[in-house]
Amino acid sequence: MALELKDVAKIAHLARLQVTDAEIPAVTQRLSTILELIEQLQAAPTDGIEPMAHPTDAVQRLRPDVVTETDRRNDYQRIAPAVEDGLYLVPKVIE
Amino acid sequence: MHDKTLNGLADALATRQVSSVELTRHFLDRIKRFDPQLNSFITVTEAQALEQAAAADTARAAGKAGRLTGVPIAHKDIFCTTGVKTSCGSKMLDNFIAPYNATVVEKMNSAGLVMLGKTNMDEFAMGSSNESSFYGPVKNPWNTAYVPGGSSGGSAAAVAARLAPAATGTDTGGSIRQPASLSGITGLKPTYGRVSRWGMIAFASSLDQAGPMAQTAEDAALLLNVMAGFDERDSTSTNIEVPDYTATLNNSLEGLRIGLPKEFFGAGLDAGVEKCVQDAIREYEKLGAKIVEISLPNTHLSIPAYYVIAPAEASSNLSRFDGVRFGYRCKSPDNLEDLYKRSRGEGFGDEVKRRILIGTYALSAGYYDAYYLKAQKVRRLIKNDFDAAFAKVDVIMGPTAPHAGFKLGEKAANPVSMYLSDIYTISVNMAGLPGLSLPAGRADGLPVGLQIIGNYFDEARLLNVAHRYQQVTDWHTQLPAAFA
Repeated sequence: MALELKDVAKIAHLARLQVTDAEIPAVTQRLSTILELIEQLQAAPTDGIEPMAHPTDAVQRLRPDVVTETDRRNDYQRIAPAVEDGLYLVPKVIE
Repeated sequence: MHDKTLNGLADALATRQVSSVELTRHFLDRIKRFDPQLNSFITVTEAQALEQAAAADTARAAGKAGRLTGVPIAHKDIFCTTGVKTSCGSKMLDNFIAPYNATVVEKMNSAGLVMLGKTNMDEFAMGSSNESSFYGPVKNPWNTAYVPGGSSGGSAAAVAARLAPAATGTDTGGSIRQPASLSGITGLKPTYGRVSRWGMIAFASSLDQAGPMAQTAEDAALLLNVMAGFDERDSTSTNIEVPDYTATLNNSLEGLRIGLPKEFFGAGLDAGVEKCVQDAIREYEKLGAKIVEISLPNTHLSIPAYYVIAPAEASSNLSRFDGVRFGYRCKSPDNLEDLYKRSRGEGFGDEVKRRILIGTYALSAGYYDAYYLKAQKVRRLIKNDFDAAFAKVDVIMGPTAPHAGFKLGEKAANPVSMYLSDIYTISVNMAGLPGLSLPAGRADGLPVGLQIIGNYFDEARLLNVAHRYQQVTDWHTQLPAAFA
C-alpha cells in the first residue's frame, strides 16, 4: 500500500518526530518501499494461529511488592539537559 | 601477544608470561596505531583500562584470579557503562554518560576482564553495514573498501584486526552473526532470555539478545560462561541453570544430525559462499555427522514479519528519547511539542527515523490487526517450522549471509536491499533460538561465515559443533595481513 504525503505527516506527528516539508517526499517514497515488502505478509494463511509475543511463551514474572531501588535522583539528574531544584525543566506548558 | 586467542592470553597471564598491564598496553597501542583505518571504536577508555589491569595483576598476585582475570575485552557501545559515554551510535546519546553498568558489563567486571573501550555500531543497532553510525562507518579489516557488517560492526572489525582479543555484541536480526561472518570471526547469539538485557539499550525487546564475538568457539564458550544467567532486573530473563560451556567442547560429533534447509540454498545465494558452506558440511561428514535435508517453508516471511515487529517495538522503546531527562535536546524550543519533535528529529538519523515511523504506522488505530497481529501470527509459523525441524535434527546449518561482503555505500541508497541481506539470520531471532557464525572460507578474498542454529538453550552443543570444526580447519586463526 502506497503512502501519501499527508499520511507521513500524520505518522510523524504521532511519533513526535520532526520530518520537514522538504524531507517528506523522499521519506514517503522509502516508507512505501518498506510497506511493499511488508505486504507479503497478507498472503500468509494464519487462520487459527495464535499470535506469538515471546519466543518461549513465558509469562511475566511478579516480584514481591517491596521497595528495592534506592534514591538516585541526583545521579539521574546530572545527565539531564536542564534541571532546577530537583525538577526537570521544559518550556512552559500552562500559560 | 595479539596472535593469541582469549584462552591463550588467559594461559599467558596464568603462567606469568605477561602481566595484565602489559597486555592492556599492547592492545591500547594497537588501537592507536590501527584504528584510524577502521573506526571500530567510539570511545577508548585508556585510563580506566590501565586501572582495571593493575587491579587484575594485584588480584592475581594475591592468588585471587579467575580464568579471565586481566584479559582485555571491548564492549559494544549499546551496553551502559558507569561514567563512560554510552552513545548507541547515535547523536541522541552523544552526551550520555551512563549512570549504571549493564548486567553484562557488571559480570565481565566481576570476572576481572579489562574494558579497552566501546565499539562502533549502527545507530541504535539498526543496520547491517555499520554505515548508520553517527560516528561514521567502520571498515572491514580484510578490505577497507568493504563494510564489516552490522550492527555490531565495530566489535567484529576490532576482533578481526586483533585490536581486542574479543568483544561483546548484540543481535536483534543478525547483528552478531552477520558481522562475524563478514569480518571472519566467531559470533554467538544465545537463546532469547539466556543473557540479561538489563542496561543494554533496547531496540526490539522481544528479539534483542547479547552474545560474545571472539576468535574461536572456545573463546566464545569462556565468555558465555561469564555472560549467561538469570537476572531479576530483566523481566524476560530465563531462570534455568547455566552449564560450563567449555566442558563439552570436545564431545564427539559421531552421529550428529545436521539439517540443511533447502530454503537457505536457493536463489540469491552467492556461488562462492555456497561453495564454502558445502565444503564445511563435507568436513562435518568426515567428523561423523549425518546430513538431513529439511524445510523451513516460511523463511521468506521472516523479513516482512521482522520489519513490522522490530520497528513496532522500536517505536515504543525509542519514545523515551524525548529531550527531557537525558540525551540530546534541540536549541531554543518554542514549546513542549517543538522540544519533543525537534530533539528527536535532530537527534535521530535517517534509518532510525524510518523504523520509528514504520512502527508507529503499524501500531496505529486501524492498522494494528493487519500489520502487528498478522506479523505475530507469522512469527508463530516461523517458530513452528523450527520446532518441526528440530524433531528430526540436532543442529541446522547454512550460510550466515547470502554474500561474502559488500562495498561501503553499495546498499546505502536502498534500505530494502540492506534488509534482505539478513534473510538467513532473522528467522532465528523471530523463533528466539541460538545461532552461531564461524569463519568457513573466503569468497573473492572476503571471509564467509557458516551459520549453525541450535534448539532452545542448546548453546553448549553449538559451541561443541563449532569447536570440533575449528580443530580441523584454520580459517579462524587467519588475520588480515595489514593488521598482523
